[in-house]
Amino acid sequence: SARTPGPPARRVAPAAAGAAMNCRAEVLEVSVEARQVEEAALAVLHTVLLHRSTGKFHYKKEGTYSIGTVGTHDVDCDFIDFAYVRVSSEELDRALRKAVGEFKDALRGSGSDGVGQISLEFYQKKKSRWPFSDECIPWELWTIKVNVVNLATEQERQICREKVGEKLCEKIINIVEVMNRHEYLPKMPTQSEVDNVFDTSLKDVQPYLYKISYQITDSLGASVTTTMRRLIKDTLAL
Amino acid sequence: MDTDLSSQDRKDLDKFIKFFALKTVQVIVQARLGEKICTRSSSSPTGSDWFNLAIKDIPEVTHEAKKALAGQLPAVGRSMCVEISLKTSEGDSMELEIWCLEMNEKCDKEIKVSYTVYNRLSLLLKSLLAITRVTPAYRLSRKQGHEYVILLIIIFNCIGFQTVRVGTVGTPVGTITLSCAYRINLAFMSTRQFERTPPIMGIIIDHFVDRPYPSSSPMHPCNYRAGEDNGAVYPSVEDSQEVCTTSFSTSPPSQCVFTVTKAHFQTPPPVVTDTLKVPVMGLAFSHQLSSSRLSYQPAALAVGSADVGYPVLFAGGLTAAHPHQLIAPGKEGGVPPLPSQPAHGTQADQERICTPLDGAHYSAVTPSSSEDTETVSNSSEGKCGSPHDLLETVFVRKVGAFVNKPINQVTMANLDIPFAMFAPKNVELEDNDPMVNPPDSPETESPLQGSLHSEGSSGSSTGNTHDDFVMIDFKPAFSKDDILPMDLGTFYREFQNPPQLSSLSIDIGAQSMAEDLDSLPEKLAVHEKNVKEFDAFVETLQ
Repeated sequence: SARTPGPPARRVAPAAAGAAMNCRAEVLEVSVEARQVEEAALAVLHTVLLHRSTGKFHYKKEGTYSIGTVGTHDVDCDFIDFAYVRVSSEELDRALRKAVGEFKDALRGSGSDGVGQISLEFYQKKKSRWPFSDECIPWELWTIKVNVVNLATEQERQICREKVGEKLCEKIINIVEVMNRHEYLPKMPTQSEVDNVFDTSLKDVQPYLYKISYQITDSLGASVTTTMRRLIKDTLAL
Repeated sequence: MDTDLSSQDRKDLDKFIKFFALKTVQVIVQARLGEKICTRSSSSPTGSDWFNLAIKDIPEVTHEAKKALAGQLPAVGRSMCVEISLKTSEGDSMELEIWCLEMNEKCDKEIKVSYTVYNRLSLLLKSLLAITRVTPAYRLSRKQGHEYVILLIIIFNCIGFQTVRVGTVGTPVGTITLSCAYRINLAFMSTRQFERTPPIMGIIIDHFVDRPYPSSSPMHPCNYRAGEDNGAVYPSVEDSQEVCTTSFSTSPPSQCVFTVTKAHFQTPPPVVTDTLKVPVMGLAFSHQLSSSRLSYQPAALAVGSADVGYPVLFAGGLTAAHPHQLIAPGKEGGVPPLPSQPAHGTQADQERICTPLDGAHYSAVTPSSSEDTETVSNSSEGKCGSPHDLLETVFVRKVGAFVNKPINQVTMANLDIPFAMFAPKNVELEDNDPMVNPPDSPETESPLQGSLHSEGSSGSSTGNTHDDFVMIDFKPAFSKDDILPMDLGTFYREFQNPPQLSSLSIDIGAQSMAEDLDSLPEKLAVHEKNVKEFDAFVETLQ
């Protein structure tokens, strides 16, 4: 393959057939009330993205780059006794809220007995030569399985608030444990490769390339895949 | 071995570790101040944001953390802890969490310092941000105020509870681990037995009154509350500190460029009136007394408040020059065996100097510390009056001579003499009634000091009383230095300050008065019945 000009970069190890092997997968399950779905999903997604976002890269000559600063923002949940930290980026927050909103609507929709899952996948792009389109190779996959419960009394709801809060605390701790194992992360890219690794479309932070998708299980137990959403603007391949 | 690490890498690593420790303290403290944190992302690096994270630096917190570190770094065998506890307005307290930054021997020689270690430290800080919101103390701290406050202690070299490991980063000289030990059983255990005098008047302790003292006025509360001030307004970082401008390279390591620039911010003016509104709310450095139990008396700096009346404050100046032994108080009680490394310490001697949090004091103290690493320990000299190699620890019991006189103490305190409020001259302000206040003992001493103090203390049991600050040393005669000094020392200490007579305590006094009042009508009735007899008696007297 053609070498990109500039200092030799550490190329991402292609993991063609082994893509699944290299992809770390974590599954978190929560049982929540319908009104808690959004906040619970956002809490998990934001916590993961907090760890998977850096400041904006600014490449300089000689192949060096400097990194911008990531701010943080405390969020209090309204329906859960819980608080979490997210990256200070309105764009990112909006994108996540949009995806989670759709997930919630789908959960509420027909044919659903309130079981579904929303996934956050981090991937790298591997440029292929024409006429093949770029490959997206996932390297980390977070799946949140959501179980919607219906509660009758106010007291039950109050207990649910607290319990879900405690559960989410455990989930955050799990996420942090995984993050701090310091397992595979894509190598830092050169300027020409940065869009294969990071989402550079946001103006204040730079998360790794990610996509969010969800699945709703209908009452028959069959999985009904609804939408694969790409929240990243890819350059469309042929 | 360090020989494998280039000197530049070594320097970088030390700097990273130091700033990581400082940022860790900032994150933990800010997470327990009770305010929501919101910092902005910035796409252009400013150079002062270590680890590429926008974590504000509260100057007082940095100052205290640096003092706690005293020029050292967390290293193998030297850990830094931040302890979070809760104190109610009635004076009960409870430890909630201990955050420990430690290093173990497991080395990762292959790892690149300026790149991988740095990025992983950044990740670890993000994890810390996430985890600090997840433990029960977060919600407690968000609701602190009238009924209770959250206190924080920064300890260098300390000892738990349930632990959660935030994460680890391997470096060529060791593995940095960050974990939290937090209390699960939130059932309250009253420590009132150690309170010799209950709060006066039983009014709600409001630690957070914003005292409009000018900077030159006596000390004011350490534990300001965020809520009182207008939002989380943090004073800008006025301390000069090194700025890290990191450039990362995608080229092979030999071409890696790492630039560090020092930015010297202007020295803050000596009189800083606006930093009185320190957003270090709820930040009180409390003292731990004994070696036997951690819960033994954390005293809150209730300065300016008539209520709690506990002098607060403790300075633990552990310097490298005199590593001392520790009587490591296990939280669970008991006395763990003395660690073999003299450099270990425990809570008791790590009490940190709680100097008044107003900027004037600090700026006076940190005038020339343009170089963080070198002058950290210098800053604790001078104003704090702690000679470099003395273990300056002022242990003041929650009870005893200085109780019930908080206001006076406050007015006596003086910026330049941080421990003035405990100084002997306060005695004249106290009640002369020896029953109410036990006679002023030779400043309360901690038995720990006996073993800790490596200066020539010749077994005398009196400490050195300077004009500026209260004693340090307590070495009970004939007590054994090492193994269990606490026995004799504790005994001595406890019996120096016996419990106040119950009849003299206000509560009981009030109670009995109430009872007296209640019984008055009956008594009057009885007397009236016997009026004739009394009259007769009186006549016989005449």
